[in-house]
Amino acid sequence: MRRALILTGMAAFLAMGAAAARADDYVLTIKDHRFTPTEINIPANKRVQITVVNDDATPEEFESKEMKVEKVIPGKSKGVVRVGPLKPGRYPFFGEFHEATAKGTLIAE
Amino acid sequence: MLGALLIVFREVLEAGLIVGIVMAATRGVPGRGRWITIGIAGGVLGAGIVAMFAGVISDAFQGSGQELFNAGVLAIAVVMLMWHNAWMARHGREIADEMQRVGTAVSEGTKPLTALAVVIGLAVLREGSEVVLFLYGIMAQGTSGSALLAGGVLGIAAGAAFTALTYFGLLAIPNRHIFSVTSWLIALLAAGMAAQSVQFLNNAGLVVSLDQTVWDTSWLLSEGSLLGRLLHILIGYTERPTEMQLLVYVAILIAMYVLMRIARPSPRSPMPAAAE
Repeated sequence: MRRALILTGMAAFLAMGAAAARADDYVLTIKDHRFTPTEINIPANKRVQITVVNDDATPEEFESKEMKVEKVIPGKSKGVVRVGPLKPGRYPFFGEFHEATAKGTLIAE
Repeated sequence: MLGALLIVFREVLEAGLIVGIVMAATRGVPGRGRWITIGIAGGVLGAGIVAMFAGVISDAFQGSGQELFNAGVLAIAVVMLMWHNAWMARHGREIADEMQRVGTAVSEGTKPLTALAVVIGLAVLREGSEVVLFLYGIMAQGTSGSALLAGGVLGIAAGAAFTALTYFGLLAIPNRHIFSVTSWLIALLAAGMAAQSVQFLNNAGLVVSLDQTVWDTSWLLSEGSLLGRLLHILIGYTERPTEMQLLVYVAILIAMYVLMRIARPSPRSPMPAAAE
């Protein structure tokens, strides 16, 4: 019984992981006007999709001149950002509405 | 408070520059005040509505709704600006002539004014919706909001002041040159908007061909700097344009030039060298 539960749990976990990897490659969370994680590694020369989840009640604008992206993410909601293909390098991004705290870097390699 | 002021100012600046140019471009056209007011009022109203439905727009089309919306708004503005320039190429001379005679109303109609009212409305709507969302965020935070809100309001005022500066700066151009100057400004404005629109389509995953960066001049002039921002709005300066952006930019400029040549009235008789 216990073993079955563990197996089921593992299967569910794997299935969730697979689904997450397929639907959106990367997830970025905004909380208290900060990004988590602050660094994301992505493959270079490839188009990737980042889901930005805004857990704050206030809206935020995800912006990066380097990646040519600007997108408003309303409070308590999420938005999909598509970037690339990017040459290897570091690409800073920030939340325009809270620039002092909301900062991060995307690393293409 | 200063931070809020700057953020709001940056957004208002973009719409403000466009409004200033459009106002200068319609100098001497009767009834323009009404149309410009309608454009701004419509834009502010639209901004509120867009901000209210930001979540819905964002979620539409597999999360590409916002990009598609922005691309569409920009594309419509480009078409309207082209229409305006074509009309001006045909009628600009008459208006300039009329303006020489003080107080004479121009009889030609209000067609380009509707086009420009739409351009103003869309510019205000696009930038304004971000201002509304930002200010809403401040108010939602409650407590320390009032100083920030004051900053935001000051930002709007500063942006409006900049609009006036643009307008009166352009007014300093002599009458006989103003239409050619504003026509060029509008052509560059439209080309820049089109290039921006293409990038939104790229972000939406719709136009992904020719997406390699042609050059990177971020070391020379950052798009985030004030000058970079101004040039971004005015001539569509982009620190890392893609091949597609460059292509569209040049194509719009050529299309605009050709359109204005076609629209230009054929010279009936050589114009007498007017006393100036």
